[in-house]
Amino acid sequence: MEIGLNHYLMLSTILFCIGLVGVMRRKNLLMLFFATEILLNSVNIAFAAISHYYGDLTGQMFAFFVIAIAASEVAVGLGLLVVWHKRHGNIDLDQMSTMKG
Amino acid sequence: MEFYLYLALFAPLAGSLFAALFGASKKNLIAGVVPSLLLFTSFVSSSILLVYILGGGSPVQVEMMTWMATGDLYIPFGFIVDQVSVTMMMVVTIVSTIVHIYSIGYMDHDKAFNRFFAWLSAFVFSMMVLVMSDNFAGLFIGWEGVGLCSWALIGFWYHKESATWAANEAFIMNRIADLGMLIGIFLVYWNTGTLQYNEAFAVMPSLETDVLVWMGIFLFIGAMGKSAQFPLHTWLADAMEGPTPVSALIHAATMVTAGVYLVVRANPLYDMIPEMGHFIASLGAFVALFAASMALVNRDMKRIIAYSTLSQLGYMFVAAGLGAYWVALFHLMAHAFFKALLFLGAGNVMHAMHDELDPFKMGGLKKVMKWTFIMMTLASVALAGIFPFAGFFSKDLILEVAIIEHNYIIYSVLLFTAGLTAFYSFRLVALIFHGEERYKLFGIHPHEAYKFMLIAMSPLLLLAIIAGSFKMTYFEMVTAVLPATEYHVHSAALYWIMTIGTQVFVLLAIAYAYKKYARNGITVPDGTSKMENRLCYKVLKNQYYIPYFYEEYLVKAYRELSTVFWKQVDLKIVDATVDGIANIFYATGSKTRGMQSGNLSTMLKWMVVGLVAMLSLAVVFGLAVRYSDEIMAILSGLGVQ
Amino acid sequence: MFEAFAFYMFAFLTIAMFYITVTTSQALYALTALAAGMIFISAFFFILGADFLGAIQIVVYSGAVMALYAFGMMFFDTTRSVKEKHGNKLIISGLSILAALLVVVIFAAPLVSTNMEAFYPATEGVGNTQDVGMVLFTKYLVPFEVAAVMLLVAMIAGIVLAGKKMDLSLTLMDEAELAQENATRDEENKKVLS
Repeated sequence: MEIGLNHYLMLSTILFCIGLVGVMRRKNLLMLFFATEILLNSVNIAFAAISHYYGDLTGQMFAFFVIAIAASEVAVGLGLLVVWHKRHGNIDLDQMSTMKG
Repeated sequence: MEFYLYLALFAPLAGSLFAALFGASKKNLIAGVVPSLLLFTSFVSSSILLVYILGGGSPVQVEMMTWMATGDLYIPFGFIVDQVSVTMMMVVTIVSTIVHIYSIGYMDHDKAFNRFFAWLSAFVFSMMVLVMSDNFAGLFIGWEGVGLCSWALIGFWYHKESATWAANEAFIMNRIADLGMLIGIFLVYWNTGTLQYNEAFAVMPSLETDVLVWMGIFLFIGAMGKSAQFPLHTWLADAMEGPTPVSALIHAATMVTAGVYLVVRANPLYDMIPEMGHFIASLGAFVALFAASMALVNRDMKRIIAYSTLSQLGYMFVAAGLGAYWVALFHLMAHAFFKALLFLGAGNVMHAMHDELDPFKMGGLKKVMKWTFIMMTLASVALAGIFPFAGFFSKDLILEVAIIEHNYIIYSVLLFTAGLTAFYSFRLVALIFHGEERYKLFGIHPHEAYKFMLIAMSPLLLLAIIAGSFKMTYFEMVTAVLPATEYHVHSAALYWIMTIGTQVFVLLAIAYAYKKYARNGITVPDGTSKMENRLCYKVLKNQYYIPYFYEEYLVKAYRELSTVFWKQVDLKIVDATVDGIANIFYATGSKTRGMQSGNLSTMLKWMVVGLVAMLSLAVVFGLAVRYSDEIMAILSGLGVQ
Repeated sequence: MFEAFAFYMFAFLTIAMFYITVTTSQALYALTALAAGMIFISAFFFILGADFLGAIQIVVYSGAVMALYAFGMMFFDTTRSVKEKHGNKLIISGLSILAALLVVVIFAAPLVSTNMEAFYPATEGVGNTQDVGMVLFTKYLVPFEVAAVMLLVAMIAGIVLAGKKMDLSLTLMDEAELAQENATRDEENKKVLS
């Protein structure tokens, strides 16, 4: 059967929601980063699908830049994570609420 | 001439403001001297105006500035000096100047000396506004002003509970009456379209009698409060808590006569409703007898004189009610002089007796206080109406009026009251000045008042003696604006019988008073004598239990009602609502503070919530756009445009 | 048909892998599942004819990013499972299902636009990579350069944050301090080695 744009968008939505579940659920900061990656990837699928079905390269360019951004984000994020772990000894979100109130 | 008008009007205000500058400082003699001087200039201006009016000048009318000019309502700050107001101005300024000078000596040892003069001069200013105004609104301003100043002056020694209570009683009673007066003023404006005296009275003949009657009733209710007619009379006796100069000025000569002035001013109105006039006269006669009866047994010197004022006010209202407005005004003038003199004399006695007020504890003071004795005796003679003092001319004239108007009941009441008046006045004089010196039992060492105080009182003495001779000049002057009815009894024989009869009756009463009270061997009654336990004595002593009635059934009930309103309505409903609104914000803030937990996980959850909200909005708006035609059809079907 | 089969298989695999990532309590399993999921996503890109993007996905995501995560994991003790106090399951699942439904509704509505025109249409006759290159270096040059600078910044940030003794500047110290540094370092090495 013909795979249309809607199929890809549905898939992207499902992956996005899985990512949302992970974001809301995970209390470990590293796991939170994983969930963020899932979100970004699902969006990439959507971009690529739209680009394919409308014959436009803009979607692929956008996905390309998203990948670049995601990479740099991971680098900085992991650096901060390491520093925090050195200072506090754990990376639990519940113990990280210093900005309370 | 306008210059003298403004000078007479504003000099007291200047004096008041000057003294007010010293309000919080220690006693400073200049705070008493300058207001007295300014008041003297006011007196001089009033005299100049009097001479001018007597010489046939036309009334001086000025409009100082506009107060309200909104829509159809035009009320200016306007003043008029015509024959009636110049009479009142003279009375007010003479008595005020004398009282001011007297007070410099009387309030000598008082810490709040400066404040006293500020309020006293402010009172005089308000009274001047009242008598000089040419419209009802200005009258009302002065009315309220004298009410306020009298409150401040009665409660002058505010540390005393009884004084503040009396001040509040006076003010509140006046306020109740002022409601009636306001309604009267509203009626005047509503039916005549203006508040100026001359314009309103010109329109009145074309109004229906019913409307006029209501106007007259309500305006008279205001006069009842100010001039302490029954049933709003209890404040006058209690107002004696204030310093004696205050009683002399306010409760003898000026404020209480404002009601009479109002009726005299509104004489065109009252001429058109003679039934109302009859009611006023009857009420006046009743009050005269009523007050005189209470003064018979009273043991407070100032209260006796206060009841005497009340009684004489009744006389004035009888005259005004029967249409003899010039007679009422004449009696007002004469009465002011000798009553003020009586009060000032009583002040001297009080000072000498170290504020003792019971005449039974005095006695034989004529040896020590010769001049006060002379003045008070002569003032009492004038009050009793003995020829040729001032009281004779005015009081006898009122009796004549009663006879001529064929009001025999009123005549007999007034005649009997004249006898009572003579009796209680001389009872007071006899107890204080004659007999043996009972004060020695209480260790009091009296001395005469300061010389300058006595000198200040002497003009009043002179006027009390000779004021009767002004009658003809006064009559010619004042009947330019008042109805000029001459009251002559039909037959000369009747006239002589009346006059001589009245004099004999009064003299007999005086003799009886002297016999009873000027002898040696009077003891201070201590509640055990047979007289004191008689029912009529008790009824009179307790003022017919009227204050008791007011307190029990009116004041207490009102206080309960107020408490209910305070506790149930104000606290529980109004405050709760306002606090509730504030609490809503506070509670909302408290609850939503949970959002700021600093926990990243929670924040992420909130983010997803926001995302879901936005998506829902997108869906809703998309659907609305997609199906906009159908939605419009449904809404127009329901009637919404 | 071939395309449909590939789509559904890879879709199922991706969803499964990502599901494992978000639900497992073992950090290592999550990492592995994520890496696998990345690879499967690149399969989608190839299906869609975005060859360059697919290759980039494998190289950058599965290669570089996952390697970075793996190195990061070395700092933490990965043998024990991550203890997590989980939030209210109802809220989480409820919210996500709601979001999914809403997005599906939005996407499933016939948003047919008849006059959409492509900004950068695919050129006929050239391969995808060449196409991407043509567009990237002409129309998207500035974002490209900016992204490069950003990556540089991220790299330096990562080094500074995670390295040891990153607050010292060897080039700015003079001879005496350098000698002191060397001495300190030799002592530490001796301690470690012995």
